Amino acid sequence: MNPIIIIDSLSKTYETGFKALKSVSLEIREGEILALLGPNGAGKTTLISTICGIVSPSAGTVTVAGKDIIKDFRQTREIIGLVPQELTIGAFETVWGTVNFSRGLFGCKKDEAYLEQLLKDLSLFDKKNDELRALSGGMKRRVLIAKALSHEPKILFLDEPTAGVDVELRKDMWAIVRKLRASGVTIILTTHYIEEAEEIADRVGVINNGELLLVEEKDQLMVNFGKKQLLLELSEPVESIPESLSLFDLDVSEDGYSVTYTYDPTGDGAEIADVLQAISKAGLAFKDLKISQSSLEDIFVDLVRG
Amino acid sequence: MNFRAIKVIYVNEMTRFWQTLFQSIASPVISTALYFIVFGAAIGASIDKIEGVSYGLFIVPGLTMLSILTQSISNASFGIFFPKFTGTIYELLSAPISFYEALIGFVGAAATKSLILAVIILITASFFVELQIAHPIWMISFLVLTCITFSLFGFIIGLWAGNFEKLQVVPLLIVTPLVFLGGSFYSISMLPEFWQKVTLFNPVLYLVSGFRWSFFEVSDVSVGTSLMMILIFLSACLAVVAWMFKTGYRLKQ
Repeated sequence: MNPIIIIDSLSKTYETGFKALKSVSLEIREGEILALLGPNGAGKTTLISTICGIVSPSAGTVTVAGKDIIKDFRQTREIIGLVPQELTIGAFETVWGTVNFSRGLFGCKKDEAYLEQLLKDLSLFDKKNDELRALSGGMKRRVLIAKALSHEPKILFLDEPTAGVDVELRKDMWAIVRKLRASGVTIILTTHYIEEAEEIADRVGVINNGELLLVEEKDQLMVNFGKKQLLLELSEPVESIPESLSLFDLDVSEDGYSVTYTYDPTGDGAEIADVLQAISKAGLAFKDLKISQSSLEDIFVDLVRG
Repeated sequence: MNFRAIKVIYVNEMTRFWQTLFQSIASPVISTALYFIVFGAAIGASIDKIEGVSYGLFIVPGLTMLSILTQSISNASFGIFFPKFTGTIYELLSAPISFYEALIGFVGAAATKSLILAVIILITASFFVELQIAHPIWMISFLVLTCITFSLFGFIIGLWAGNFEKLQVVPLLIVTPLVFLGGSFYSISMLPEFWQKVTLFNPVLYLVSGFRWSFFEVSDVSVGTSLMMILIFLSACLAVVAWMFKTGYRLKQ
């Protein structure tokens, strides 16, 4: 897929001297869902805000669909929709009024049929004449999405879209995101919830201290950085791994009641049988065994902690 | 030029005006009526004519200026401050519009509200005094220029203000005293010579004087000087706004 956004050596230093982005380079492919993971203050929102025009870059360039975000800001912003992290929304406007306002702001002529369908898709149509202040937090989040989609953007930025929303709404959001991707919209989302990235992203980027640590296909990331472990619970404790098992990557727990074997998840697992046989030969009796695979969360924590 | 964006900003701001109709219109109308009752009828009856104009009639331009200056500043400053305060400004900043297009929407709406208000005040005044306008075209020109200039000034205050207190400080502590001391309710020829000279440093004097001339052909300074002073203030506001937009002052980090 061709890149729709090209970020080249993008840096941002705020007036306070805080370096929010340090020479970030990234290509975002058309039609993909890219999840940007990172702890608080990592630079995720600054990155998104810079591409959308809310924050001025200190150095570097960003092009969207081949156009520079500063020189050709009209063309780039026309095709971008942004759902901010905070529930920044008016109070006295109606749902219908505010989505029409957003559409007009992006220079699009009125299209009642499109906006009606959009509100229906987001389960907001019943609320179209309600004032924004009367809506629940979840509904306000949906309105923000409706506003961001009101001008039919090709790229949608979702900054922590499911922060503070209940499980049901989170699943609804994921369904909405999948539907948008199916219609060809490129989606970039930042999230704290690793399971969110695991669930819906095609690629995952990990950002920390203003630096992009990596960007990988989600599945490839699991393969490259993930690991599998075989845990054996022993009947009798051992003090150390017997000499005869030194060929295998085995660790014994502090209490001596369990032994862990870590192995490559890309392998066929054939060596498991060898390990079990060797353990039996060494005279270690086990009463239970468990196999675990590292989650994206484990990978993320390992990466961020360096 | 993104005309649709300018239109929706303008319409959105005007909608807020109609939604707060009582606050926007009734309040200035009531206070204007009270001024006429107190200064025009009660006290004004005991005051001699000023340069051939009855006191009740004389204060009409000053009262109108008092309202439109404060309302222009208040409307325009609140219009841009509120999105900053609530965070909804993100939408303006990420939309395909230039700062100048947003400015036209916000300032255009604030100036329109002030013009509507001025018309209502003049209609209210006509119930108390027999209103005469010697130069209607000049009157409208002064009115429009003042509304635009002070709406621009209000926009600057709205961008500069970091909190609600600052938003109120300039209209309350600077503009209102300048209007009261700028010959709104008297001719500066009634002051001692020293204070006449001091008053010449008050920019509002030139607005009120020019506006009053368009009604009664009576002025404290020449009409040309008044017009020039408004244009200088308008240019100064535009220059400040241009600097703010160029640097992204209080708008973009």
